[in-house]
Order: sequence, then C-alpha cells, then structure tokens
Amino acid sequence: MAVREQDNLTINVGKKGVFVGRDWPRHAALLLAIALVVFPLAYAALIATQSNAQVFSFKLTPGGNLGKHFDQVWNDRSLGRFMWNSVVQAVLITVAKTILSLLAGLAFVYFKFRGKWLVFFFVLITLMMPTEVMILALFRFVSDLGWKDSMAGLVVPFAASATGAFLFRQHFANLPRDLSEAAQIDGASPLQFLFKILIPLSWNVVGALAVIQFVFVWNMYLWPVLIISDRDKQVVQVGLQGLQSIDVGLTFGPLMLAALLASIPPALVFIALQKPFMSGFALSADK
Amino acid sequence: MGILASVIISALLGALSFGYKSRREGAMGAALGILGGAVILGALGFCTFASDAESTEGVLGVALAGAFAWMFGAGTKAVFNQRAADLGSGEIRTGTYNLSWWWPWLLLSPTLLILVFFLYLPAYQTFTLSTKLTRLGAPRVADRCLSNFSDILVVNPTTVAIIPLIAIAAIWGIGLWNRLAMPGSTNAAIAAAVRPFGILILIFAFYFIFENENGGYRQIYVNTLIISGFTVGLAMIAGLALAYLAFGRIKGITVYRTLLIWPYAISPPVAGILFFMMFNATGGILAHVVDSFGNFVGLDVSLPNYTKSVGLARATIILASVWKLLGYNLLFFLAGLQTVPRAQIEAATLDGANSWQRFRKIVVPALGPIAFFLLITNLTYSFFDVYGTIDFLTKGAPAGATSVAIYEIIRVGVDNGDLGRGAAQSVILFLAVIGLTAWQFRQSEGRISYGST
Repeated sequence: MAVREQDNLTINVGKKGVFVGRDWPRHAALLLAIALVVFPLAYAALIATQSNAQVFSFKLTPGGNLGKHFDQVWNDRSLGRFMWNSVVQAVLITVAKTILSLLAGLAFVYFKFRGKWLVFFFVLITLMMPTEVMILALFRFVSDLGWKDSMAGLVVPFAASATGAFLFRQHFANLPRDLSEAAQIDGASPLQFLFKILIPLSWNVVGALAVIQFVFVWNMYLWPVLIISDRDKQVVQVGLQGLQSIDVGLTFGPLMLAALLASIPPALVFIALQKPFMSGFALSADK
Repeated sequence: MGILASVIISALLGALSFGYKSRREGAMGAALGILGGAVILGALGFCTFASDAESTEGVLGVALAGAFAWMFGAGTKAVFNQRAADLGSGEIRTGTYNLSWWWPWLLLSPTLLILVFFLYLPAYQTFTLSTKLTRLGAPRVADRCLSNFSDILVVNPTTVAIIPLIAIAAIWGIGLWNRLAMPGSTNAAIAAAVRPFGILILIFAFYFIFENENGGYRQIYVNTLIISGFTVGLAMIAGLALAYLAFGRIKGITVYRTLLIWPYAISPPVAGILFFMMFNATGGILAHVVDSFGNFVGLDVSLPNYTKSVGLARATIILASVWKLLGYNLLFFLAGLQTVPRAQIEAATLDGANSWQRFRKIVVPALGPIAFFLLITNLTYSFFDVYGTIDFLTKGAPAGATSVAIYEIIRVGVDNGDLGRGAAQSVILFLAVIGLTAWQFRQSEGRISYGST
C-alpha cells in the first residue's frame, strides 16, 4: 500500500474521525515537534561556522569560519578519506546483502528440497543473535584470518542478511504463481527468472532494504573501532573520534561540521529512496 | 551431590518443557533433558563437580544443566511442531522449479557460509571463551571453569541458588493464579493485571545475585536497566504521540513527516556529538540558557557538568537516544495506524465513546503487533547501538555510572584485554537477548518481523 493511498484511507472522517477539530492546532503542534527535532542539528550548523571565541560568547549569528573549518576537517583531519572508506564499505555490504538475500529468497520460494525446514530454522535463529554479543570472539576470529585493517574485515562478516532473506521470501510468495510457470515454459533458468521477472517486480522491497542496510552500515561504530587501527583505512564514525580531541584544546566548530558532513550520505540515500522505503514498510505492515 | 541434583533437575525440566501428557512423552522429555544437561556439563569437562570448584560454580553448573535441559526439551518440541505444521505462508505449491538437487543449495550457500562462519562460529566461541583465562593477543589459554561467571555474582552461593528459584516460583504462581481464577471475577481481573509484572520479579531477582562490592556487576546491571528502560519507554510514547499528530490528511503532511522521520538516518555517534555540544558545561547552549535564566530571576543556578553528575549524564544519553529513535518509531507507528479499523472508530464515536475510550479499545489492540516489534528493536538499540552515543558523550563517566553492559564488555575484554571475562559478560547479555526474543515470539505467536536498526 503506497503512502498516497494511506492518505486517502484517512480522508476527512471529519468530526467522527480519530482527530476532532480544526487544523491549525495540529499545524502548530507539528511545527513545534519539528522545531524540537531539528534543533540539535540547526544548533550544530550554527556552531560549525563559529570560532571557539564566538561559541563561548554565545553569538546566535553565523561566524565566518565555515571555509576554514571545512579545509581543516576535510584535508588536515582526512574526513574525506574516512567518508570514502565508509561509502565503499556501505555500498559493498548493501549490494552483497541484497544479492545474497534475493538468491536465498529464490531458493526458499521456488524450490522444493529436503531439509528446507531445517535451513529455514537455521536462518531464522540468527535473528536472535546480534553480532554485538559475540563481538569479542568475532574480533578474535577475523583477526586470526588476517583481516585486521582490511576492507574484507569490514564487509564480509556482514554480507548476509536473515532479515533480507525473509523479506524477499515473503515478497516472492505473494507474487502470482503463474509467473514462474510461464517462465519455466519459456525455458528460463532460475537466474534468468530472478533477474528478468522477479527483480523488476521487487524494486520497492529492494529499495526499502537498501535504505535500511546503507544506514545500518554507515552508522556502524563498534566493529570498525575494533577491527581498524590504521588511520588511512578508518571509517567516518570512528574518524569523528579524532576530532573530539583535536590536539590540546577542543574546538567545537570543526567537530560539529564533521558531524554534519558525516550525516549527509545516509540522508541523501534516505531522500532518494524515500518512496520505495515508505511503501516497502506500509506493505509489510499489512501482512 | 552436584551430579545427582543436575540429573534430577535436568530430567524434570526436560519433561516439563517437552510435555508430559503420556508416560512415553514424559520419558522422552526427561531423556532429552538429561542429554541437554550432559552435553553442556560435558563440554565443560564436568569441572563444576571437581573437588576444587567453588560452591558458586557448583550452583551455576546445576543451573546450566537445567537451562540446557529446558532448551533441549522446548527446542525439540518446537522443531516437531514446526515440522508437523505447514511450513508457513511462504510456501507455494505450484510453479516450483524441478531441477537438480544442488540448485537450491547453490543459491543458499553464500548466505549459509557467512552465517556459519561469522555468526554461529563466534557465538560458539563466545561460550568456550567464557570459561577460559586468556588475554587478547596472547596465545596461552587456561581453563577457568565457571569462575568468570561466579566472579560477577555475590559470594554467597545460597543466595545465588535461592533467589532465582523464588522468582521463578513467584512467576509460576502468577500463571497458576491466572489459570485458576474464575473468568469474569474480580479475582481474574486482578490476576490478569498482575501478569505482565511477572518479568519484573525476575529483573528484580537478578539485582540481588550480581556482586555489589568492589566494582561489581550490579552497577552495570542497574545502569543498563535505567538507560534502556527510559530510552525505550520515552521513545515509544513520544513516537506514538508524534504518529497521532502526523497521521491523516493535513496540508504539507509529507514534508512534516520527512522532517520528523529523518533523524533515523543520524548515527549514534553523531547523536552523541550533537548532545555533547548542547549539554557542554562551558560552551553549550543549555548551560548558557540556565545561566541567563538564573541571572534574570536573580538566582545563582547553573547547569552542572554532565560528565560529573550521575543523573544528568544518564539523562543526556537517554535524551540523545530517544531523539535518534523517534523517527524510526514514528515511521512504524504511522504504518500501524493504517491498520486501525476506521469503521469501528466511527461506530464507537456514534455510540458516544470519547477519544480516550476509542484509543484504549480500538487503537491500542490494532497497534499491538507493531508496538511489540518496536519494543524489541528499541531494546536492541538501547542495548547495543547506544555504545556509540556513550563513547562520544561520557565514556562511562562519572565513575562508571553510564557504563552499560555492552560498554563494559568492551572495557573488560578489549581495553583491559581480559577476553575470558568479557566473553562471560557477553554470554549473560546473549542469554538476556534470547530470553527477550523468546518472550516476543510467545507474545506475537511467531510472527516474523523485519527491519534492523
């Protein structure tokens, strides 16, 4: 169910509806809520332009240090490098998770095989196993593989997704059955069927999963703290650490600017994929 | 004596969890239970029965045997049930491919390989590590039996044995009371009202068995409870309130929603940095506002340094986490509000139900499944993802008052390099997660929800 239909469903029930009364108090309340939610970021944006002296005198006008701070953060403190590493990691994991989940969904729905229920259980149980509770052992294992300070160490342990496999399984199972029959009559192999027919029908789900995964990877913090110690290979969330303790005295401006810059890519992904994301969720809520 | 207690308890719990309707079923449950107990104690080399084992270790050994007996019984039963039942909605009967047997395995193999090596293997190794004395980066490993666990529990083994038993008995009693109470009577109403608090008894019981002396685990436990409890509670209430506000047709609703949902994309470390700035004692806006306000009314008030005040430090972490979770909760509650039956709302309004009654009787039941899903994802967030926020805000200060379970695991296991102890704490957290998930599965009857924070 798409977001637009969702609006139509709640059409003017008017005085009988969930909400009673005129619109303006709601506008006011919504604006107040937005002001509260946006404030921390707006405040950070203000600080990002100010020198420390301006920060301490609590000026509410922008200072003129944005360019200087940008140069300091992006070049001297290599935020650009960190962000690039994060982009590579996030794209690799998102793509790997999507492909592996599609393949698993295909196997679960369009094949009959012995022991399927066991495999299903095996994957299902991993939903109860957050990486964080086994992070010490995982750290030891990945270090033993020699993957410390490498992109493999950042990507491979997170390349599969039980969530994604179940999501596609559910989605495929709700598609019309004659699709696969027709494909088989036409002599399409399972992979041709997947790429030519299933994927074009699944863009909403792919988009929703991509947003979740991209944001998840981009925001990952604890794992890179452990596995990456080479500064050149560090990801952005951990890279911010170095800015909080710049040399001797803390300068607020660059730190705020870096925090804002680090939040841009997931926001872009969110905005770009907002439509499939929202409808992907609304869709799942109906089931 | 330890061996005898383990066998009896394993057999009992195995039969209880597997079922004991017929003699055959009961015997099979008991056998499964004994097998479960034997597997875990065997994996430990039966060290809890050794003459040099501490008595707390002996108690833990019996408890472990019981827990595994329960798991073997309940697990086998679940597998039997699952196999008997239709494998679920995802199955289609026609249109499946009829190719060589290896095709599905080929498609599944990348997923399965990664799950085996990067999830199942480390999970297993976490358990084995928790019984060792080993340092990060050092090859030498010595067996410690269960003393990594008994170290964080109170010294008195009787307390460790008795308190959980009392808690379990109390929960059982509440369940029994619910079943026996006459339906429709006041007694039944009270019993039903008391029921959800059963889990609180267990939470309270754990407080007493964690060591309190010299930097014991009790403080970590309390920190985790306070920080995740308030975070989840506030984030869910605020999310629902916002969803109510942002639901339905009003001009510009899409823009409103985008602006409200968007903090979902902010990372926990960035949330930490933003609140670090606002709450900063020297340069932060809040300190300035409090100061100016104090000057205005002629009082000498100022915002204390949040890294030095226990209450404020926790509050800052909670606020930052709630702020970060709001968008996510709003999104799911909005999806949930769509499922509220509109016809019922209209009918109730015509019947003269006020908005609170409509909310209570129609909206709440419809939102139940979504609220449950959010409860679990928010708990996961407040258990694990909060690490980044804490690391940028307080680093556990003041004096460990904001060090939650995951923060302590890293401090002990990585910063202090004591892998065994860190792994033992991981096992405790692992069991908490399994318990909560099992509880969720029971409440939502095995519905699979998706989405990770």
